[in-house]
Amino acid sequence: MTAPTLIACHDCDLLQRETALPAGGAACCGRCGAVLYRRMPESLDRTLAFTLAAGVLFLLANAFPLVGLEVQGQRNATDLLGAVCALWDQDMRMVAGLVFLTTVLSPAIEISGMIYLLLPLRLGRLPPGAGRMLRFLQAVKPWGMVEVFMLGVLVSLVKLAHLASIVPGIALWSFGGLILLLAASAASFNPHEVWARVRL
Amino acid sequence: MTAMVVTAARLGLLACHACALLSRPAAVGAPARCPRCGAHLHHRKPNSIGRTWAFLIAAYILYVPANLLPIMDTSSLFDSQRDTIMSGVVFLWTSGSWPLAALVFFASIVVPLAKLIALTLLLVSVQRRSGWRPYERARLYRFVEFVGRWSMLDIYVVAILAALVQIQSLATIHAGPGAIAFAAVVVLSMFAASAFDPRLIWEPVNEDNG
Repeated sequence: MTAPTLIACHDCDLLQRETALPAGGAACCGRCGAVLYRRMPESLDRTLAFTLAAGVLFLLANAFPLVGLEVQGQRNATDLLGAVCALWDQDMRMVAGLVFLTTVLSPAIEISGMIYLLLPLRLGRLPPGAGRMLRFLQAVKPWGMVEVFMLGVLVSLVKLAHLASIVPGIALWSFGGLILLLAASAASFNPHEVWARVRL
Repeated sequence: MTAMVVTAARLGLLACHACALLSRPAAVGAPARCPRCGAHLHHRKPNSIGRTWAFLIAAYILYVPANLLPIMDTSSLFDSQRDTIMSGVVFLWTSGSWPLAALVFFASIVVPLAKLIALTLLLVSVQRRSGWRPYERARLYRFVEFVGRWSMLDIYVVAILAALVQIQSLATIHAGPGAIAFAAVVVLSMFAASAFDPRLIWEPVNEDNG
């Protein structure tokens, strides 16, 4: 027994009637102010486009060196996995695992999961296990921290600036673009719309 | 605010936390699943207060070594230096990049502590069934959820420095034990925030209204 026009606030459980929104609008809970749902224009197309572009940049960001240090003719560069391995080798396994989880694994799952979900939807079909996938992606999302990582890179570069000359790598620029694309993809995604098409 | 407050719980409806579908459970007390997405349905997050306290207390305990133990070991030809989180901030400040010092101070010291204090406040007020400023407390909770991830900043700085500064003739940097404790504080407080059920804030308010 469902009441299709009602929605309960996920933060305070207040029941409210759903109303039609203008394009780009968001409905907020009348009591606690939590965002209940949004209406994004061409949500599916935009999200898919941003996600595919993010996938390309994600591969670049992992394949190329992030930054290099040049001092007295010696050069030392690292990529993302190099940072994880350095921690691992220093017996910081838990921290290495956490860095890997938040900067490599979560974004990889997020991007590939979204493509798995949105590409068939764009072609008018519902991929198998769509509901489970969407639920899984919601659980993974808080653990993707690429933007925090990028800030961490910038802070460490400032710390090193007096010590050596810094050579920014391709992956650094890719990371910058990846953050913007992931943010754009998250902002244009409308799970409400996808859920409406899911039948288990 | 509406004059009559009707929550999903009052009408015997369960809202799915994943897909937001409202449904009526088949039998009271029976484990319910969302008819659309298959997620387990709960009236409230199970054991919310107990689990949040557990994560929170663990985070408080680890907060001490996280700030006292060195998170980074720098050894050069002439000397070796051990940096805690605070001395890292001081270093940034004295080397002239005060905006960055302020940023790291905020992300690594203010945010983790503010998060622990805010969750404690939310838990205590919910346990006392307080009806005090529910709107502000709800916003505080959303802020805690949003801001927590930025504390990972220092962990990433250590990871990059440890990978990059391995120049034998000049300096090497190793991660210190404080980094483990600090990472644990960040993860535990994220778990604590997600274990807390913000709907508990509104329960005393719901009762007052009818």
